[in-house]
Amino acid sequence: MNRSTTTDVDRLLQRARDLRWQVGGSLHDHMAEAIYAEAARVADRAVTRPGQQPRFDWDRTLDRIVTSRLWGFPLMLLLFASVFWITIVGANFPSRWLASLLVDTLHPALKQLAAGLGSPGWLSGLLLDGAYLATAWVVSVMLPPMAIFFPLFTMLEDFGYLPRVAFNLDRLFQRAGAHGKQSLSMMMGFGCNAAGVVATRIIDSPRERLIAMITNNFALCNGRWPTQILIASIFIGATAPPVLAGLVSAAAVVGVALFGVVLSLVTSWGLSRTVLRGAVSTFSLELPPYRPPRLLQTLYTSLIDRTLYVLWRAIVFAAPAGVVIWLVANVSFGGSSLAEHIIRWLDPVGFLIGLNGVILLAYIIAIPANEIVIPTVLMLTVLTARLTGVGEGTGVMFELEDANHTRTLLLAGGWTVLTGVNLMLFSLLHNPCSTTIYTIYRESGSVKWTVVAALLPLAMGLVATFFVAQVWRLVAGFG
Amino acid sequence: MNPTSTPPTSPACATCPVHNLAGLKRLGVDMADWDYVVALAGNPNVGKSTVFNNLTGLRQHTGNWPGKTVTRAEGGFEYAGRRHKLVDLPGTYSLLATSTDEEVARDFLLFGRPDVTIAVVDATRLERNLNLVLQVLEITERVVVCLNLLDQARRLGIEIDDRRLARDLGVPVVRTAARYGEGTQALLQAVDEVATGRAACRPRRVFEEPPVLKQALNSLVTELTRLHPDLPNPRWVAWRLLDGDQRIAEALRDGELPGPSATARQAGAAAAVRGSNS
Repeated sequence: MNRSTTTDVDRLLQRARDLRWQVGGSLHDHMAEAIYAEAARVADRAVTRPGQQPRFDWDRTLDRIVTSRLWGFPLMLLLFASVFWITIVGANFPSRWLASLLVDTLHPALKQLAAGLGSPGWLSGLLLDGAYLATAWVVSVMLPPMAIFFPLFTMLEDFGYLPRVAFNLDRLFQRAGAHGKQSLSMMMGFGCNAAGVVATRIIDSPRERLIAMITNNFALCNGRWPTQILIASIFIGATAPPVLAGLVSAAAVVGVALFGVVLSLVTSWGLSRTVLRGAVSTFSLELPPYRPPRLLQTLYTSLIDRTLYVLWRAIVFAAPAGVVIWLVANVSFGGSSLAEHIIRWLDPVGFLIGLNGVILLAYIIAIPANEIVIPTVLMLTVLTARLTGVGEGTGVMFELEDANHTRTLLLAGGWTVLTGVNLMLFSLLHNPCSTTIYTIYRESGSVKWTVVAALLPLAMGLVATFFVAQVWRLVAGFG
Repeated sequence: MNPTSTPPTSPACATCPVHNLAGLKRLGVDMADWDYVVALAGNPNVGKSTVFNNLTGLRQHTGNWPGKTVTRAEGGFEYAGRRHKLVDLPGTYSLLATSTDEEVARDFLLFGRPDVTIAVVDATRLERNLNLVLQVLEITERVVVCLNLLDQARRLGIEIDDRRLARDLGVPVVRTAARYGEGTQALLQAVDEVATGRAACRPRRVFEEPPVLKQALNSLVTELTRLHPDLPNPRWVAWRLLDGDQRIAEALRDGELPGPSATARQAGAAAAVRGSNS
């Protein structure tokens, strides 16, 4: 190759660059659309479908409805709201039963046994009041909603609905400057954010992949669903008449989840307009044929892969956390326990953002796993409120056999509806759990972006709760 | 082209299945030297590997999904005395090269310059499959469309007018049900005709771009054809350049691009296999 050709090529490439700016950014989509339109024309002329099979027709009709611009989103909201409503209403009774068994009956029995064996008070405190109660609490609060929610969710997935949701959301993600496949990794994030971050591997543009990783935390994960469901039924549902309570709480949970999707879009948009600028790539998403859900298999996989997996993870983290909580609650200096010192120190910050020191400390303790936030909150609330008549003493979790007792306890701890609302918001918007943070680091290989991914949602959470608290107090006329 | 081996005595022999039945010799992985390079392209799960196995006698088991490493499978067959190297490309929905598997497929079609590309399509999902076929036709015109999974289409009551399709696309269309070996002979014959140039391909390249885009493309095409008069697909290259495809820009700079497929074949084995796995 001689020199003149090289400069010719360079001139040609320069020309292409100049023309690219004139033509604008929609070129890629234009060509893709032109190809699709042409394919449709050619196929339409060549294909005839006499005597269509009913199942085939059914698929197309269903797809036309669930992915239609008009019905797609309302139908999606309705489906998810029903799933949450069934979960909230259905989990109430088994939760109460488990709590009365594990906490009210078994715990005193174990204490008695320990006392009979002559074990020292600190040991039974550490193991039974700490580790055992934290675990028991996690099981009774989390197992019933998970055992209902996950099979329902898996059923939707198995039926083939989730790819349609991804399809509906794809348009929005693209407008936000993100890859359409981000809707798929977000769907994974609704199960577990660490899994969602790994799933961003399907996105090949590094820029769009980073956006997907950073925003994955806005998809409520397994560990946060129970918090949302519990707080929604205690605080939001209680503001409505009893008949509507379940529906209202379900709507609140869907609202928070949707808010997460909106934030995911807004953040993607912000990132792709500022630090992560670049072109959007197109992709094809295959809508798999609908399959009738297989009930037994769905039950099996959702119980083994999801419910037990999450429960196990929660227990693994809850037991040591219970020990830590018992310790900070019982190691004291200067007349009060370590926990009380920290909570008192965090309280002013907590007040500013409509939460309290207890919740903030709980979120610090729960960094390894979001699952244990509620048990920690309850335990610390009891400790600082110094309630009489509930429980047996400092640093012990109490027999709260149903949501009403939890409500009574939290109200006594100075909680209002604002605290509930802001806890739901903060549960959506805070740093990812340590597993997810580590996964982001491993996948991105960048400390900088890992820090961004960890701190961005936290900062947004602080701003959002602060804003809500100020407006709330302004409107309510106090504070 | 190759008059020494089994010369057809009359034009009717070329289309006679009995004559051609003896024409296929599966070579497996024996690909010492070949006359033609044939590529297999198509969407995932349309039966490319089944077609590949039918022709080569190999038992290739392939699966491609996002995140999995993708490779090309290669095998050989002899038909009508001519030796063919068959390359099974990863299944993709497009050739825009936004992901690794698309890039592998695209690069082979572009730089490997196969003599014939068999575009395998799912007859039950023709429209979606044609998206890829149209993109293949932008890169190379020597294409045979293999209308596969006919058995399933029949079961669903779908009828496809393959003549109409062939006319619209401008390339031969062959009906097959590769799982049952149905249509393999017709496919071989069509491949042979396109490879030897007995069947002319006049692919349809109809895109209605907005005027600004058309002007930009035309101006680039003019310069491209001035630089490389042999370029078989100047329009497609112009589009990729306009879209900021770095790989194509590099290829142009390194002089990888120009030249029709026939020269690549005559240049020998080495030239025909390069380019992929970049």
